[in-house]
Amino acid sequence: MAHGHTVKRYSGLMDWLTTVDHKKIGILYLIAGGFFFLLGGLEAILIRLQLWKPLNDFVSPDTYNELLTMHGTTMIFLAAMPLLFALMNAIVPLQIGARDVAFPFVNALGFWTFFFGGVLLNVSWFTGGAPDAGWTSYVPLASTTYSQNHGVDYYVLGLQISGIGSLIGGINFLVTIINMRAPGMSFMRMPMFTWTAFITSALILFAFPALTVGLAALMFDRLFSANFFEVANGGNVVLWEHIFWIFGHPEVYILILPAFGIISEVISTFARKRLFGYSSMVFATMLIGFLGFMVWAHHMFTTGLGPIANSLFSIATMLIAVPTGIKIFNWLFTMWGGSIRFTAANLFAVGFVPTFVMGGVTGVMLAAAPADFQYHDSYFVVAHFHYVIVGGLVMGIFAGLHYWWPKMFGRILNEGLGKLTFWTFFIGFHLTFFVQHFLGLLGMQRRIYTYQDGLDFNLMNLISTVGAILMGIGTIVFLVNVVVTWAKPKNAANDPWEDGRTLEWSIPSPAPEYNFVQTPLVRGYDALWKEKMDGNKGMTPAEPIGPIHMPSPSILPFVMSLGLFVTGLGLMYNFVFAGIGLLITFGCMFLRSVFDDHGFHIEPEELQDKGVKA
Amino acid sequence: MMNRWHVMKRLMPLLAMMSLLLAACGREDLSTLNPQGPVAEQQFGLMKLSISIMVLVVVVVFVIAIYVLIRFRRKPGDNRIPVQVEGNHKLEIIWTVIPLILLVILGVPTVKTVFGLAKDYSNDENAIQVKVTAHQYWWEFEYPGYGVKTAQEMVVPANAIISIEAKTADVLHSFWIPALAGKIDTNPGGNVNRMYFEANKPGVYYGKCAELCGPSHAYMDFKVKAVDEASFQRWVTAMKAPAELPADPAIAEKFVNECLTCHAIGDKGGQLYPNLTGMGDKVAVAGFLINTDNPLYANEGSAYENLKRWIADPQEVKPGNSMPKVNLTEQEIDAIAKYLSEQKLDY
Repeated sequence: MAHGHTVKRYSGLMDWLTTVDHKKIGILYLIAGGFFFLLGGLEAILIRLQLWKPLNDFVSPDTYNELLTMHGTTMIFLAAMPLLFALMNAIVPLQIGARDVAFPFVNALGFWTFFFGGVLLNVSWFTGGAPDAGWTSYVPLASTTYSQNHGVDYYVLGLQISGIGSLIGGINFLVTIINMRAPGMSFMRMPMFTWTAFITSALILFAFPALTVGLAALMFDRLFSANFFEVANGGNVVLWEHIFWIFGHPEVYILILPAFGIISEVISTFARKRLFGYSSMVFATMLIGFLGFMVWAHHMFTTGLGPIANSLFSIATMLIAVPTGIKIFNWLFTMWGGSIRFTAANLFAVGFVPTFVMGGVTGVMLAAAPADFQYHDSYFVVAHFHYVIVGGLVMGIFAGLHYWWPKMFGRILNEGLGKLTFWTFFIGFHLTFFVQHFLGLLGMQRRIYTYQDGLDFNLMNLISTVGAILMGIGTIVFLVNVVVTWAKPKNAANDPWEDGRTLEWSIPSPAPEYNFVQTPLVRGYDALWKEKMDGNKGMTPAEPIGPIHMPSPSILPFVMSLGLFVTGLGLMYNFVFAGIGLLITFGCMFLRSVFDDHGFHIEPEELQDKGVKA
Repeated sequence: MMNRWHVMKRLMPLLAMMSLLLAACGREDLSTLNPQGPVAEQQFGLMKLSISIMVLVVVVVFVIAIYVLIRFRRKPGDNRIPVQVEGNHKLEIIWTVIPLILLVILGVPTVKTVFGLAKDYSNDENAIQVKVTAHQYWWEFEYPGYGVKTAQEMVVPANAIISIEAKTADVLHSFWIPALAGKIDTNPGGNVNRMYFEANKPGVYYGKCAELCGPSHAYMDFKVKAVDEASFQRWVTAMKAPAELPADPAIAEKFVNECLTCHAIGDKGGQLYPNLTGMGDKVAVAGFLINTDNPLYANEGSAYENLKRWIADPQEVKPGNSMPKVNLTEQEIDAIAKYLSEQKLDY
């Protein structure tokens, strides 16, 4: 059998710029998301340094508002989501026995649009001011009347471009999970992480368009003097709040559901036990995703929506506690009767459970609208969402990274350093955020650049700052771990934890570029575990060995996204460049449309020669 | 029903404990945990109920988690394969139904309070009507029933319903008096929000802006001064009394030309920016410079010192506010600050 095309192979930097391999894209997401995580973390440390004592003047109020805006925006859009996409890319195709995602080209495009959107957002630091209206960017503060520099323009355009990446990434995973499961892998046999990736992708599909619309309206207001949010001309500022939170609340679940998936995998593996109540876990996840769209106005109890809306949204929000509770107890009872091994990955997962419960219960407290009149926009809220996002999501990501690192890179992260990361980060986290509940209840509002002396806020703010520094140290230990591990030989076994249950542990670490020499036959939930228990050495193949079709690498996604980046800058400073940028992007789309690329095949003989290859 | 009662019985001691633990936490003039009026008390009641339920949940989870983690840890050399349990219907129903019951216990009073606090007193003759307008970065309080307008300090009678109509003149702000009532956003345009509160006893309560509104968001504090009914009436009269200008005619002219173009004092001047009547006995200058004779902190000083500091460089005190550096010599600033610090109302 001949190649359909000359095989295009790049090496070095070009390899990374042109790759359409989901595993490499996963690594790209990890590097970029990790970079933005460090950036957002640095911003957080600066915020805490400003607040360590009352009436401090470490940063100016303008800079502080930029820091808090960029910290929130960066962490949500440029760190948390990409890091989840990193794990989803690296693992989901392996878990369902697929050779790649459904649309490898689109996958690369999703990464590069995210990347250039994020870079665009951060360029604002060097061009006269970052956005400073909060990550929620409430109008009128974010309108041109009150925010005259380009800061918020960067927010609007940067998020719009990176939002394209999230949206097409979500669609890609939906299609992949629906269409590319190995024979026998029915929906109710899918690993929990794949399930959560699936539901998160569905949430992305429905939630991101709302953000797109909101950002487009704000862009028209700011760049072309439209009046969507100009009250004097008939616009409505509460409309922005609605649009933002119709996106913003599901976004919270977009972030947390994959973390739930990771925790389910890690806890089950290291307890050597099947996930307790798998089907109720699946339905709880769906229910959370569904209810997640019905609760956005709980961010707006003080907006003045009236008692009927406030009651309905209170009750709807409280209901989310039920499926979440189901998950918590399922995790606890997965460990019940198990044989729990405390690896670094499992420490993060085990630490996640009580921490997330604490974030969850404050969520129910916030759901009681009249009490929320007191909590709203105070440090209580800050404590709540950091418990959910850092204590939940970031712990989940750390658990996932320690767990799947061997599958992604062929090396196991150093366990000692991993445990040190856990303890410093975990203790630092609780020091930072636990006291903030009380700061809020004692009357400290959020997003203030300084506070008066003598109001009983000093000690708790100091504790919070110390905790933040400890979290910073934990993160540095993790980076050291990455470097140390890098220097070690690539010798991780297929199933380095020895208790792997799902398909990704049936193939070499790291996975070869075609993932599976032969598509596996799935005979039950926890496919690999089932084979192990039946005394089989590995998965039964579902097909004979044959040529494997691979997608060709392409530089087009990179150039297309670069075009959007140029367009974004051009829209702010010079429309000619915006035109050039669009020309580049549409030119690439044209090229992609007219030149067919059928990819290439890896022949069976080649499979024999190569053996394990990244 | 039986089930619900059992849960209640278990909740009661917890609730009692919480009340003891949380009550009187924090400053009387600032803390939501130390409510000084019926609105904040109702909100605090709901907070106590929800915290009790949540502590119960957290304790149950923690106990199970700690037990599991200790009891089922893998010992060295243990290669046992645990029983692969699929699930347990009975357990799963229990941890679905109990949270639902807990939510009903929390949900019913929540809805009741939502409607209770939404009561509209805007046409109640016994309530004091106050129109609150938020500005970057100060608060305007207008009393339409009395024809009085003031800024930064809302003087109200204690033990009376204060009915608030809140809006903004520019960006979103949020009106919050932690010890007296939860917050309400101030929206632009005709989108006014209403709320009410009441102070149980005379005192000065901290008020805050709780919605990010620009660089000086942190400085956008105000005060609610609750006084007895007779004092309140005297205050209204004093606010409307004709103002005396500075004795020195040169200073008086400067004051009229430089200050009263924007500000009002007594019956004189413009109403666009904060009213200066009675500056001498306000708790703070510009919301954040606390007036005191024993300054302890960098933002404290006598009323005279604070006024001087403020007039000399308003942007240094509150970046981004609308007040410019006024064209005054140092002596003139001194004289005007002295004059304003002597403007005290008798109430």
